[in-house]
Amino acid sequence: MIKKLIYIAALFSGLTCFNVAQADGYYQELGGKEGVEKIVDNFINEISFDQNIVKFFEGTDITRLREKLIEQFCHESGGPCEYTGDSMKDVHAGMKITKAEFNRVVELLQAAMDDAGTPQTAQNRLIRSLAPMRPDIIHQ
Amino acid sequence: MKTKLITLTAVAISTLAVADVNAGSRLLATSGVTQLEGGAGGGLTPWAVISGYADEGEYSIGAFHTSTDVQDFRLKVNGVSASYDNRFEISAALQSFEIKGVAGDLRQEIYGAKYRIYGDAIYSALPQVAAGIQYKRLLDGDIADAVGAEDSDSGIDYYVSATKVHLAAVAGYHFLWNATLRATQANQMGLLGYGGDEESGYTLQPEVSALVLLRDDLAIGAEYRKKPDNLSAFDEDSFSDVFIAWFPNKNVNLTLAYAELGSIAGSEDQDGFYFSISSWFK
Repeated sequence: MIKKLIYIAALFSGLTCFNVAQADGYYQELGGKEGVEKIVDNFINEISFDQNIVKFFEGTDITRLREKLIEQFCHESGGPCEYTGDSMKDVHAGMKITKAEFNRVVELLQAAMDDAGTPQTAQNRLIRSLAPMRPDIIHQ
Repeated sequence: MKTKLITLTAVAISTLAVADVNAGSRLLATSGVTQLEGGAGGGLTPWAVISGYADEGEYSIGAFHTSTDVQDFRLKVNGVSASYDNRFEISAALQSFEIKGVAGDLRQEIYGAKYRIYGDAIYSALPQVAAGIQYKRLLDGDIADAVGAEDSDSGIDYYVSATKVHLAAVAGYHFLWNATLRATQANQMGLLGYGGDEESGYTLQPEVSALVLLRDDLAIGAEYRKKPDNLSAFDEDSFSDVFIAWFPNKNVNLTLAYAELGSIAGSEDQDGFYFSISSWFK
C-alpha cells in the first residue's frame, strides 16, 4: 500500500516536473542555439545603430558581451547553458540608466527577435523572463 | 471631391507608415486607447494607465475622436489629452449626442484628471493603480430637466482603477486586465443629467476590461461598464463591448468595437459599431 502511494507520489512529482519544464522551457521555440545566436547578433547590431544606447557600450568587449548574452538567453529559456557573466546589478552599476533607455533596449530586443523570425509567443516569454531584472538595471 | 478623398487617404496612410515621430519612450500600446469621457483606458472605461507614451520626465500631448452609431442615436466625442512623467493626465472632451430624426444634439463637456498612485502595469508585481475625477458640464440640459434629473448642470465622477499586464500569460500572449470602481450620479454618463427621482446620490459602479495582445501592436478584448439607474422615466443598462485595437506606431491608434449600450432614453437594445482614433503628437 505504502509502496503504491510512493509510486503514485513519484509519478505525480514526475508529471509536475514535466509540466513545469514544458511551461518554462521555450529554448526550442526561440530556435535553439542557432535561434538564440541570431537574436543576440541582431540585438547587438540594433544597439550599434542606436546613438542613445550605444554610448553605454563604449569600451565593452563585444565578443564577451555576445557570449554572455547568448548564455543568458539560453539559460533563461531553459536551454542547456549556465550564465557565467556578472550580476545585472554589477554590470549596470554607475550607468544611471533611465526608464526611457531601458524601454528603448526592450524595443531593440523586440526588433532583433522580429528580424530573427522568432515567434510572437517565444518573444513574449523571453520578455517575461528578462522583465524581473529591470530593478537591477535602471537607476543604478 | 474624389481627389480630396484620395489625398486625405494618402496622407493618413503615410502618417501610419512613419514610425514614432517625436513620441515618448514607453512601450507600444501602453498608452491604452481613449475612453468615451476622454480618459486613457479602454473604450468604455478609464484604466490606471496614463495617456500617451511619456515616461519619467517626459510629457505627451494628443487628440482623439470617437463615434458610435446605434439604432436611434449617434454619439461623437472629440477631445485632447496631455500627460507628464507617466504620473499625471488631464483631458478635455466634448460629447455630442444626436437623436436620429431630431434636429440638434445634446452636448456635454468633460474635464478629466488622473494621478498614478502606485506601480507599473508591466513591471511591478502588484497592479498599477490610479485615481481620477471627471467634471461634467451639460451644455443642453433641457432634456435632463424634462426626464426628472436631480441636476441638469454639472456633476463629478470619481474613480479608482487598477491595471495589470501579465506577460506571456495566455498561451504565450500578453494578457491585460483592468478593474475600475466609479462613484457617480450621472445618468447615461451625464447626457441625461446627474441624479434622479429614484436615486439622487452617488452610487458605486464597477467597470472591467480584459484583453490579449496578439502582437505587440494588436489587441483584442472585451469590456463591461455598470451604470446607475437613477431615473424612473427610463431604464438604464450597463455598457459592454468587444474590441480590436491597432497601434501601428506611437503616434496613432485605432479601435473598432461592437458595443451593446442597452436601453437609452426609452429605446431598448441599442447596439452598433464604435470607432475611435487617438493621435499623439508628443
